[in-house]
Amino acid sequence: MALLEIQDLHASVDGNEILKGVNLTINAGEVHSIMGPNGSGKSTLAQVLARRDAYEVTRGRVLFNGKDLLEMKPEDAACEGVFLAFQYPVEIPGIGNAYFLRSAMNAVRKYHGQDELDAMDFLPLYKERLKLLEMDEKLMNRSVNEGFSGGEKKRNEILQMAMLEPKMAILDETDSGLDIDALRIVAQGVNAMRSPERAFLVITHYQRLLDYITPDFVHVLVDGKIARSGGAELALELEQTGYGWAEGDAQQVLPA
Amino acid sequence: MKAMTAEGGNERSMIEATERLENYLEAYGEVRAEGEKREPVWLKQLREDGWSRFAAKGFPTTHDEDWRFTNIAARVRTPFRRAAMGDAGLTAKAIEEFRVAGAACQIVFLNGRFSPALSEMENLPKGLEVCALARALDCGATGCAPEGCAPEGIEQHLGRYADVRRDMFAALNTALWEDGAYLRIRRGAVIQQPVHLLYVSAGAGSEIMTNPRTLIVAEESSQAAVIEDYVSIGAEAAFSNAVTELAAGQDAVVSHFLIERENLAAFNVSTLRIEQAKGTNIATHSILLGGGVVRNNVHPVLAGEGAECLINGLYVGAGRQHLDNYMLVEHAQPHGSSRQFYNGILADEARGVFHGRIVVHKDAQRTDAKQTNRNLLLSDNARIDTKPQLEIHADDVKCTHGATIGQIEEEPLFYLRARGLDEASARNLLLYAFAAECLDRMKEPAAKEFAEKLIADRLIKLARSKQAAAPAGSLDEDGQNWEEVG
Repeated sequence: MALLEIQDLHASVDGNEILKGVNLTINAGEVHSIMGPNGSGKSTLAQVLARRDAYEVTRGRVLFNGKDLLEMKPEDAACEGVFLAFQYPVEIPGIGNAYFLRSAMNAVRKYHGQDELDAMDFLPLYKERLKLLEMDEKLMNRSVNEGFSGGEKKRNEILQMAMLEPKMAILDETDSGLDIDALRIVAQGVNAMRSPERAFLVITHYQRLLDYITPDFVHVLVDGKIARSGGAELALELEQTGYGWAEGDAQQVLPA
Repeated sequence: MKAMTAEGGNERSMIEATERLENYLEAYGEVRAEGEKREPVWLKQLREDGWSRFAAKGFPTTHDEDWRFTNIAARVRTPFRRAAMGDAGLTAKAIEEFRVAGAACQIVFLNGRFSPALSEMENLPKGLEVCALARALDCGATGCAPEGCAPEGIEQHLGRYADVRRDMFAALNTALWEDGAYLRIRRGAVIQQPVHLLYVSAGAGSEIMTNPRTLIVAEESSQAAVIEDYVSIGAEAAFSNAVTELAAGQDAVVSHFLIERENLAAFNVSTLRIEQAKGTNIATHSILLGGGVVRNNVHPVLAGEGAECLINGLYVGAGRQHLDNYMLVEHAQPHGSSRQFYNGILADEARGVFHGRIVVHKDAQRTDAKQTNRNLLLSDNARIDTKPQLEIHADDVKCTHGATIGQIEEEPLFYLRARGLDEASARNLLLYAFAAECLDRMKEPAAKEFAEKLIADRLIKLARSKQAAAPAGSLDEDGQNWEEVG
C-alpha cells in the first residue's frame, strides 16, 4: 500500500481553482520533489495536505496510510504522521520552543495511546537534535520563532520534524532565503531522517536544495497539474531550461 | 411649593441623590460615633475632610471624563451597608483555599474588619512590622505599642497621598474606613516572602460595603512584596472601596500585587497611591479576574529623582464583567522611568477600559515613560475602550504609548494544530501565552507562582465557556490599532 495517494485533487481558495487534478503516489522510503513556477499550486498542495481549512477541496481524494486524509483535522493529520515544514514559520510570543515541542510530542503520543514524555525524557533528545541542526541551546527557552533569523526559523522547522519523527514530511520551500551554510545544515537534518519507513515531499522552486537532498522522483507542477515526472536528472534539466516552456501553454508538447 | 413647577425635576433628582447617599451618611455617623473616644483629632479631621468632599460632589457619573466608560449608576442605587459586628461564622477552613503558599504572613479582614483568629502573623521576618491599622492607632494613642512597633509613623503618612479632592471614592474611603493593614518595612530590611493581605466579603444575605484602608511604609533601602487580595464567600453583592497608600523611602524596592477574584456581583474600587522618593523601584501588578464592576486605580507619583515604576496588569473578563483600569503616572522629578504594560482578554459581553494618563511635570527632564495596552476580544460583543493621555510640561522627555485590539489569529492557531495540538488546547495555549506576558515581569517567586496558578485556573474556566471556544470571526470592525510617539 502506498503511504500517500493523491487522486484527481482539485482545490480552490476564495473561489479560484488552484489545483486542477493532481495525481501523485508516494511510497514509504521515497523522496519526491515537486518543482514548478510561482503560482503553479505547490504551496497550496502542501497546505491542503496539512489540512488548512482556507483551501476548499472540490474534487478528488487523498489517502494517507489507507485513511481518508481529507476527512482529518490538521491535528489529526499531524498525529497520523503528516508533517509540514512551513514556508513562513509563525512567531508565537509567550510560548517557549521546548514547551511547545514537548506539548506537540505529547499530543501525538496521547493520540496513539502512549504515555506522555516528561522533561527528563525530552531534554536529552532535544539537545541531541539541536546539535544536529547546529542550533544554540539558548533557543530552547526562547519563544517559538520569535526574533529568529530566516535561517533559524527554517532550521527550527527541521528540528521539529526531527523530534516528531513523522511518516510523511512535506518541506514547503524550506530552501528559500537560505544561505549555503544554512542550506547544508537543513539538508543534513533531512538526510539524517531518511529511512525506509519515512517519505519526503520536497517542494522547491530551485534545483539547489536537490544538490544536497537527492530525490528519487521529481515532478513538475504547472497550473495546478503535474505536467511532467521523472528522476533526479529532471531537476538538473529544469535548472537549464527554466520554466519558460511551462508558462505558455501547459498542454503543449513538453521538451524531451 | 412654587419652585416645584419650575425646578421640580432638578429638585426631585437632588432629593433622590440625597436619598441614595443616605446609607453612606448613616455609615459616616456610625463611624464617627465609634471613633469619638478612640480616634486622635488629626484622624477625625481627615474623615471630616473626606466626608465633606464626598457629600458635596457625590459619586461620579459618565459625564465625568475619568468615568466616561464606566457607568456605576446601578451600583450607586444599591443600598450597601456596613457589616454587622461579628465573624460571620467563618472558620479557618473556609479561607484555606485563599492562602498563598510561601507568604511571610497573612492578615485576614472579614467584611472590612481585622480577624485575629483567621490571620497568621507569627514569626515575622526581622524588620517587618505588620498590624491592623485600627489597632496600631489605638496603640499609638495609649502608648501601649509592643517593643519595635512604631505606630507614631501613621500620622505622618495616612491620608497624605490619596487625593480626596479629585477622587470621590478616595474621599468616601477616608471618611468611612474602619480597618486595614499597616505595614512598615524597616530601613535596610529585605523581606523575601510576600505579605498577604486577604480581604474577604461574606455577605450572608445582605449587601455589604467595606472601605479597607492600607498603609505601607517602606523605609530607606528596604525591600518587600505585598499581595492585596480580594475574595468573596457566597454570591451576595458587596461593595469594596479600598485605598492603599504606599510611601517608599529613598532607594526602597517594593512590589505590590492586586488580586481581584471576587464573585460576579461584586463592585470593587481599588485605589493604589504610591509616593516614590529618590531612587525607588516600585512594581505594581494588577490581576483582575473576578468582580462584576471593577475599577482599578493606580497612581504613582515619582516625587524623587531617578525613580522607577513598573505598572503591570492583566484583566480577564467574561459574561457581563466590567473591568476598568485607570492609570495616572506622574513624573515630578528628573531621570524617572515608568513602564506600563496592560493586557486584556475579554469574552462574551465583557467590557474593559484602559485609561493611561502620563503627566510629566516641568522639572521632570529626562523622563522615560512608556505605555502599552494590548487586548484580545474573544467575541463580537466584547468591548474595550482604551485611551492614552499624555500631558508633558518638560521638553527633554521620551514618552511612547501604543494599544492593540485583536483576536486569536488564525496563523499561529493553524501552526500549533499542524504540530498535533487539538484546537481547544491550541487556543488555550495562545490565550495563556498572551496572559502570561504579565508573569514574566514579576520577580518574587512565591507571588509569581500564586498569580500563575490563578491566571491558569481563570483561563481554563474561560475556555470551558462556550463563547470562548467558538471560532473567532472576521477582523473586528471596531478594532483600532495605533502607535504614536510623542
